[in-house]
Amino acid sequence: MKTDVGITGAVHGHVAHDSAEKHVTGRADYTDDIPEPVGTLHGYLGLAPCAHGRLTGLDLSAVVAAPGVVGVLTAADIPGLNDISPTGCRDEPVFPEALVEFHGQPIFAVIAETRDAARRAAELARVEIEPLPAAIGIEAALAAGYPDVTAPLVLERGDVGPALAAATHRIRARMTVGGQDHMYLEGQIAFAIPGEDDEVTVHASTQHPTEVQQMVAQVLGVPANAVVVNVRRMGGGFGGKETQMNLFCVVAALAAKRWNQAVKIRPDRDQDMIATGKRHDVVVDYEVGFGADGVIHAVDATVTARCGFSADLSGPVTDRALFHADNAYFYQAVRLRSRPLKTNTVSNTAFRGFGGPQGMIAAERMIEEIACALGRDPLEIRRANFYREGRDLTPYHQRVEDNIVGRLVDELEASADYAARRAAVLEHNARGGIIAKGIALTPVKFGISFTATHYNQAGALVHVYKDGSIHLNHGGTEMGQGLNTKVAQVVADAFQVDIERVRITKTTTEKVPNTSATAASSGSDLNGMAALDACEQIKARLVAFAAESRGVAPEDVRFAPNEVRIGAEPVPFDRLVHEAYMARVHLSAAGFYKTPKIHWDRATGRGHPFYYFAYGAACSEVSVDTLTGEYRVDRVDILHDVGRSLNPALDLGQVEGGFVQGMGWLTTEELWWDEEGRLRTHAPSTYKIPLASDIPRIFNVRLADWSENREMTIKRSKAVGEPPFMLAISVLEALSMAVASVADYRECPRLDAPATPERVLMAIARLTGEA
Amino acid sequence: MTKMHLTLTVNGEAVETLAEPRELLIHVLRERLGITGPHIGCETSHCGACTVDMDGKSVKACTIFAAQAQGAEITTIEGIGTPDSLHVLQEMFREHHGLQCGFCTPGMITRAWRLLKENPTPSEEEVRFGMAGNLCRCTGYQNIVKSVLAAANELNTVKEAAE
Repeated sequence: MKTDVGITGAVHGHVAHDSAEKHVTGRADYTDDIPEPVGTLHGYLGLAPCAHGRLTGLDLSAVVAAPGVVGVLTAADIPGLNDISPTGCRDEPVFPEALVEFHGQPIFAVIAETRDAARRAAELARVEIEPLPAAIGIEAALAAGYPDVTAPLVLERGDVGPALAAATHRIRARMTVGGQDHMYLEGQIAFAIPGEDDEVTVHASTQHPTEVQQMVAQVLGVPANAVVVNVRRMGGGFGGKETQMNLFCVVAALAAKRWNQAVKIRPDRDQDMIATGKRHDVVVDYEVGFGADGVIHAVDATVTARCGFSADLSGPVTDRALFHADNAYFYQAVRLRSRPLKTNTVSNTAFRGFGGPQGMIAAERMIEEIACALGRDPLEIRRANFYREGRDLTPYHQRVEDNIVGRLVDELEASADYAARRAAVLEHNARGGIIAKGIALTPVKFGISFTATHYNQAGALVHVYKDGSIHLNHGGTEMGQGLNTKVAQVVADAFQVDIERVRITKTTTEKVPNTSATAASSGSDLNGMAALDACEQIKARLVAFAAESRGVAPEDVRFAPNEVRIGAEPVPFDRLVHEAYMARVHLSAAGFYKTPKIHWDRATGRGHPFYYFAYGAACSEVSVDTLTGEYRVDRVDILHDVGRSLNPALDLGQVEGGFVQGMGWLTTEELWWDEEGRLRTHAPSTYKIPLASDIPRIFNVRLADWSENREMTIKRSKAVGEPPFMLAISVLEALSMAVASVADYRECPRLDAPATPERVLMAIARLTGEA
Repeated sequence: MTKMHLTLTVNGEAVETLAEPRELLIHVLRERLGITGPHIGCETSHCGACTVDMDGKSVKACTIFAAQAQGAEITTIEGIGTPDSLHVLQEMFREHHGLQCGFCTPGMITRAWRLLKENPTPSEEEVRFGMAGNLCRCTGYQNIVKSVLAAANELNTVKEAAE
């Protein structure tokens, strides 16, 4: 009897990343590692040297004449539609025909025998641009009366004006929050191989193969069925490869068809950072009305985002900022408005959290304002405003049903010893001295589902071969998060076979069509369920066959670890599969899933856009040198909710990685454009993401092991990609407390993000009257 | 440009190739020798994805000229261990989930391999600073540091047992 022996790779277990062995031995293939066919050509983009102007001349004769150059591509060479707007706004040309809209906008491509030759030749272009006034930042764009790139959103509940007027206290201020470069270690890359007739295959590092397929098809003027897009894995994505790969794929495909050769495009890091979009920086103007008890009565806020020259995903990003401008707090009356503002900069795009962090950070700022005004511990103010029964309606009229944020915060407060440590910090600061300390405990509540409801669908394809091996394909893409591992666990669990029997293959538009981007943290929720659906179909056929062949009732057929119990008879999985094949049973299935319950009416600002919420809480302690503004993060404690984790090892990795990435956003990562609109922080030499030496000295991360998703998600788990990112707001709040200590906490420092040492020092100077 | 005759030792094997003197070591490895474990991340020596070991030092292969590598002894991730015979560091990165997208992993392990030769008993702080020349955007480094410390511990246990 083997009844006690389970399968390897079961769900809820610590299963190593499926590619771990390949990664540690350098044998995992990325797009740039695919062997190149003989004659492979290389492309490079030529960028506009002006932020805004009329393109009056483009002389590429020197480029074409340069050694090794095969040819150039401009807007005139596009056989289909010269547009790659992911939302159909028709505002994002592959190459502009007449108008340049940001410094660094790609205006042509050069194709050469080597990448080196292409890079050198691209510099030889003679570009004539008649400059027009440009608006680089939010202030300038507002002053110039720039339009929104897409329709703004208003979320409203209750009567804000009278509620504000009636409140005992009112505070009105502004917060500015910086953007963020994705800084995926593997940059953008596309590798196109021409096929017969109008066909082309593109290997790329994209989070959204279906969109690349659609864009390549529309630009080439061919049907989608002529284009295949393959993604084995990405060297990081974080949202930066959701739409931003479209350009590179389209140009590579265009060149591959034009010269009938394989064509690879891999920009260098500078070009990657200059020419692709980032997290939106925002300005939040807020007014909050509250009582003497710290309870919020009304919030009126506007989130204005630097969207860049086109809409890209700025609509849904700024919508999500509003959806999270409440974080975990009930606003009795509320009005939230978005301004997705056009600017003459690169078009900003998806980035982990997708606008959510920019909304949430404003909620935490308002809490801090209230705490400062009332002289209270911000944690008390947070608690006083948590959603709970009877105070559970969001600004978008969705009810918060699983009010677990209070429990998470209570548990973390105890395990991190918050009260005693805060007392110690206050005592330390009271003694004076150069080093000021701060401590903060902040919660996260993050809505899970694409707010574009139609995106919440997924497909999977499962084959059981007649030797009993299983081939798994789904529409999601692997960028390090471990999606393939989780979905393979689901499949292994469904058939009750060891995970080694399940082979995970590259994502390809040939196997699963019409997929959604692997984004919005939804990868395992959607694709896990789709794969399970495929497994259940095959299992049902195997059960019917087994029951019939042995003359037992279908209820008496059971999938046990690596065998199927047919009545009392244990039959090895392989044998049953082979018997089924011989009996002509179909052993392949396409699975499908669509998220239930969700709906959203943007025009009225009402609905149930999120299937559920994921929660977390973090407590951060920092030390600030008040003479230089430099600081370090001494300790961070995190308690995070992933429901019943599909794989705690992978989930803890997401929580730690998300937190540190969020910490980078709020501390060291500063994007800086000059007056001409040139991005001056366009490489890791000047753009600083966290290093191993920057992470918290003490870093305790736990998953809430009691949590279970109340909705019927895959094995009752919760999405984990984005929510932990916002735990890092606790670092900014802790820094702010340290800064506030120099003026005895009487004044809210209004420390904007990123809180670079310079900005911390300036805030200290302002508070001590030395500015 | 005239190509030079390059002779070097890579992962214990003598190799010869023709390369332009100003060609970068990373391109020689990846494009001429088919060694694709070291990756190209930033091409400016900041990210460390291209880290290899050259004559007993960790170097960023994206800022070493082919000419500088003449006669050098190079170790890449491929020379540290194979799937059939993983180095302890490789095992620990797998077991402690010291990787996510994996793009930084070969450079990270190659750096850690040299770090543990420089300092076989590093403190947690020493690992954090000793690995600070290699960027990771996914993991938040916590599990990378854990993996390196676990490997150091394992290697020292084996060494003590041998003594």
